[in-house]
Amino acid sequence: MWKGRFSFGRTGAIMQKEFTQLRRERSTFAMIVLLPIIQLLLFGYAVDMNPKYLPTYILSRDQSVFSRSFVAGLKNSLYFDIRGDVHSDEEGEELLRKGQAQFIVTIPEYFERDLVGGKRPSVLVQVDGTDPVASSGPAAAMNGILESVLRHDLKGPLENLSTVKPAVELIQHRMYNPEGLTRFNIVPGLLGIVLTMTGVMMVALALTRERERGTMENLLAMPARPLEVMIGKIVPYILIGYIQSTIVVTAAWFLFSVPVLGSLWLLGGVLGIFITCNMAMGYALATISRTQMQAMQGTVLIALPSLMLSGFIFPFSGMPVWAQTIGRIIPMTYFNRIVRGVMLKGNGIEEIWPETWPLLIFLLVATIIAIKCYRKTID
Amino acid sequence: MRANNGESGGAVKEEVPLAIDVHNLTKRFGKNTVVNRINLVVPQGKVYGFLGPNGSGKTTTIRMICGLLTPDEGEGTCLGYDLRKESENIRKNVGYMTQRFSFWEDLTIRENLNFAGKIFGIKESRKRIQYALQKLGLERRADQLAGSLSGGWKQRLALAACTLHEPKLLLLDEPTAGVDPKARREFWDEIHQLASQRITVLVSTHYMDEAERCHAIVYIANGNILSQGTVDDVISQSGLSTWVVGGKDLVSLKEELIKNPAVMTAAVFGESLHVSGVVAEELEAAIEPYKDRKDLSWSREETSLEDAFIYYNTLIKDYKKG
Ligand SMILES: Nc1ncnc2c1ncn2[C@@H]1O[C@H](COP(=O)(O)OP(=O)(O)O)[C@@H](O)[C@H]1O
Ligand SMILES: [Mg+2]
Repeated sequence: MWKGRFSFGRTGAIMQKEFTQLRRERSTFAMIVLLPIIQLLLFGYAVDMNPKYLPTYILSRDQSVFSRSFVAGLKNSLYFDIRGDVHSDEEGEELLRKGQAQFIVTIPEYFERDLVGGKRPSVLVQVDGTDPVASSGPAAAMNGILESVLRHDLKGPLENLSTVKPAVELIQHRMYNPEGLTRFNIVPGLLGIVLTMTGVMMVALALTRERERGTMENLLAMPARPLEVMIGKIVPYILIGYIQSTIVVTAAWFLFSVPVLGSLWLLGGVLGIFITCNMAMGYALATISRTQMQAMQGTVLIALPSLMLSGFIFPFSGMPVWAQTIGRIIPMTYFNRIVRGVMLKGNGIEEIWPETWPLLIFLLVATIIAIKCYRKTID
Repeated sequence: MRANNGESGGAVKEEVPLAIDVHNLTKRFGKNTVVNRINLVVPQGKVYGFLGPNGSGKTTTIRMICGLLTPDEGEGTCLGYDLRKESENIRKNVGYMTQRFSFWEDLTIRENLNFAGKIFGIKESRKRIQYALQKLGLERRADQLAGSLSGGWKQRLALAACTLHEPKLLLLDEPTAGVDPKARREFWDEIHQLASQRITVLVSTHYMDEAERCHAIVYIANGNILSQGTVDDVISQSGLSTWVVGGKDLVSLKEELIKNPAVMTAAVFGESLHVSGVVAEELEAAIEPYKDRKDLSWSREETSLEDAFIYYNTLIKDYKKG
């Protein structure tokens, strides 16, 4: 067997060729830049629509000044359309189930008495979480409304009740969608989806294109080693992955003020691992696809579970066990959590490590599969 | 390197190193045996022509020789390197020109040559590429996309690119298909020039005039080598004698003659009909009744390579029928 050493010259030549071809492929280039922007705008603005006048029912067990001014406060906020009163829990749940109510606000018995007595009564808010876009903003606003109502009404000797800690505990019970999605949460997920879709597809197409055009035979007849071909083919697309990430993160910052609380270097490092994971998947996919069409179909097959089972659309903890099991072998699942952690919570390396090592293992396995499946012959 | 021990049947000559030396090479695709136990021995510095109808297994054989396909059976060496174990070494020293243009159409001529130069790790590749461009006469069009070239130019680019690393063996798969006669002639001048530098060439083709420019030819049909040797060898191995007849309505004459079992082949070439048979006396008896016809003119001629090939093809067809 020929024991030639890895050649940077050959790897560089393949890289350069790939870059040159990419530069001439205008449509691919447009897709690279436009896809993340379009997706961001679609998702971002869909989320950004401030929903108003959401159907709300009140279950009031305490007819008092405080409860009335609280309800008045809700009305004034424009978020809520107080449709009326319900008289039992069952009635309220029925309305939620039928989708006739988005919120049921339950004011407990002796609300005013407990409040004045400093016992911190609880107001229960039941939310229909199936449409998280509609419910998350108003639900968060409710807290503020309650606070300002109390600040206004608690005067004189009662004043200290509101300053020490919230005089009323607001318990939100999000039904059907316990985790809920916010606009902030969508950006990391979107990043993952864009990188998976374009990454897997571009690499898979880059290889199947050679096969379809017959240039693969030429490449195989040349003395380039499989690892050199793989690296040469992948590196340009890793760079593109970074460009896309920069676009998404920057646009999210400018358009929606989504912050990056954690270290940018850490984010960059994680992105590198995830992007390369996708490249390896795309490469492995290409080795088993005969045509570009098959490569495209394969990409959909990979992207779909990433979209559905990674916790991007449905909260991970709410998925059935079988779906969670599949979700656990999808890199996007881990990436989603890591990026949420780094961008939104300012997580450092220790906090994200439990989600990072599975990614590294995935990368290793996918690379081995890709190299093993790459054939040096055309049988 | 293994030496030729005169096993091809000739007298024992001085030892000539063999560029290709393969035995019992077999390739199956599914149940289809596409190449069937073929032996191929090509001495260094020779130009061998590889002929046979479409689908006879030429491309498959060439791919096995350069390591792109793994043979199901058989073994051998290419440039002294083992076909199965040293394919990387073979790749480095062989120039393979594919049947279909397989350089990158979305790269320029120069970029294609640069790429080949870097992959083969050619020293002073810049100079060599410049020289190759000059020789091709493509200097001024070097920055044009390869896809914009016409068929003939593509072939010349491919030849230049696959000889850039100075291979010891050239495998050319129908390099002149669809190329005009002048370009074909120039292409062959180039091949002979390479051969004069001790480069071995195995070239597949459909053109008889090209076959005649080879040192030896190999005729393959349905995956079996039916004949090999010089053009004269191949013709005489067929054992045919041939009559050529000129005149009117040759097509219906052909239909009549072919019914006679002594007539192995009858084929119209423009204004004349070639009639061949293996046993000369029987053939003469068969054409006797037509010899006196005023509208026909008969003459005994040398069997041509084409006659021989047509005969070999009919053998294969009969063999397949049972
Ligand atoms: N990859 C393949 N899979 C299945 N059959 C093939 C493959 N390549 C070639 N063949 C078949 O093998 C036969 C010989 O093909 P080929 O070697 O290309 O012939 P030639 O080059 O002499 O025209 C043909 O019948 C062809 O259909
Ligand atoms: Mg062929």
